[in-house]
Amino acid sequence: MAISVNGTDIPIPDDPRVSLLDLLRERAHLTGTKVGCNQGACGACTVLVDGERVLSCLTLAVQADGRTVTTIEGLGDGATLHPLQQAFIDHDGFQCGYCTPGQICAAVAMLRELQGGVPSYVTADLAGPGAPTAEEIRERMSGNLCRCGAHNGIVEAILQVAKEQAA
Amino acid sequence: MIPFTFARATSPEDALGLAALEGHRLLGGGTNLVDLMRKGVEHPVTLVDVTALSSDISETAQGGLLIGGATRNTALAAHPLVRTRYPVLSRAILAGASAQIRNMATVAGNILQRSRCAYFNDPAASRCNKRLPGSGCDAREGLNRYHAILGGSASCISAHPSDMCVALVALDAQVHLLGLAGARTVPLAEFYRLPGETPQIETVMAPGEIITAIELPPLPVAARSAYRKVRDRASYAFALVSVAACASVQDGVLTELRLAFGGIAPKPWRALRAEQALLGGPVTRDAVFAAMDLELAEAAPLAGNAFKLELARRTAFAVLADLTGETA
Repeated sequence: MAISVNGTDIPIPDDPRVSLLDLLRERAHLTGTKVGCNQGACGACTVLVDGERVLSCLTLAVQADGRTVTTIEGLGDGATLHPLQQAFIDHDGFQCGYCTPGQICAAVAMLRELQGGVPSYVTADLAGPGAPTAEEIRERMSGNLCRCGAHNGIVEAILQVAKEQAA
Repeated sequence: MIPFTFARATSPEDALGLAALEGHRLLGGGTNLVDLMRKGVEHPVTLVDVTALSSDISETAQGGLLIGGATRNTALAAHPLVRTRYPVLSRAILAGASAQIRNMATVAGNILQRSRCAYFNDPAASRCNKRLPGSGCDAREGLNRYHAILGGSASCISAHPSDMCVALVALDAQVHLLGLAGARTVPLAEFYRLPGETPQIETVMAPGEIITAIELPPLPVAARSAYRKVRDRASYAFALVSVAACASVQDGVLTELRLAFGGIAPKPWRALRAEQALLGGPVTRDAVFAAMDLELAEAAPLAGNAFKLELARRTAFAVLADLTGETA
């Protein structure tokens, strides 16, 4: 009965009311993942469960039993930043930074979805692969709100990493 | 959130036994139910996690698709056969929620999701007949921009929030149910109840019944289909009006048509009257508007949502014109 969080096993809480978000912040003391709306409307709490982006505020910790969770703290190796972290800095993809961990975790999974051929509402040809365009990135990142309005920098940062990955 | 216990179902029979117990609720992705519990709208004694039940998508002997109830929304939208044979379903799912929520949410959970009416979701300060029968409805005189213009009643005007279900009802999807009395199949078009005097009863499911799967019939016309969602922002918002359509045109006239609407009724609204009126004729603005007037004849718009009459007419024409190549 444990969740592997960034490579460390965290025991499942006895109380099933504990959300994955609260488990990460209050019990694993990984406070990079942020509490925004706590009702699935803002994306600030986005983490990766078995590599897929989910909202940790609406995930009960007990539902993640036996799964692998990656948070913003687990993306870099401690010495070097993940390419998306560096790109957010280079493109001013934030002001206050509160939504940033959720934005970056969402972007990591989003690029994998795009490369894996998962379509979006704006993908013109459902049968074909999606392309990393600004329009696609805006649609695919719409679950992550930024109240500072840093979206232009966020899109530029993700576009740059998408191009580097494709190269 | 009030305390509850947590259980896991590993088979449909397992889920069935647990679902029939007092105060037990089935848990899929939790994207709606967990939120409602936190708000104090839902208070189950026990949550039964059913995400380990079937999430298979397979072809039926008739050439349709059988979709396990625990299939995640993303997996269904991205499935190659859905994308090529039922593109309206992929588009509708992808129009809903955010990628994170679609990764979590299950197909059965999407069908059984509850109202996003602000008053239903506010037990502390609002009256709602769906949440507390007999308490009144604050939406009628309140903020009803997102509410129904068709199919509502004096007791409730909540609109069904799903995009996926609008496509499913256009595709004649069947809901596979399993109960203590056995298995049965109900067309999704007959699965939801209109609110009438009992808005708290939303479906024809018997107590303890569970959704095991959704079945799509083979439907060649669905290869030419579209979903368009009109909302207050470009993405990640509920529909004001949405349209799902499948159409086939020969010699300038509609030979096959499926038309359904979201955002305007307490259930995904199949527009059979409009379909009948349009079949055999061309897709012109006048024809679509006249057909929509028949469909909307019993509409009862309120102060905040009367715009949906015109929006529904125009969106229907735009979608059908795009789909059939008409430009008039």
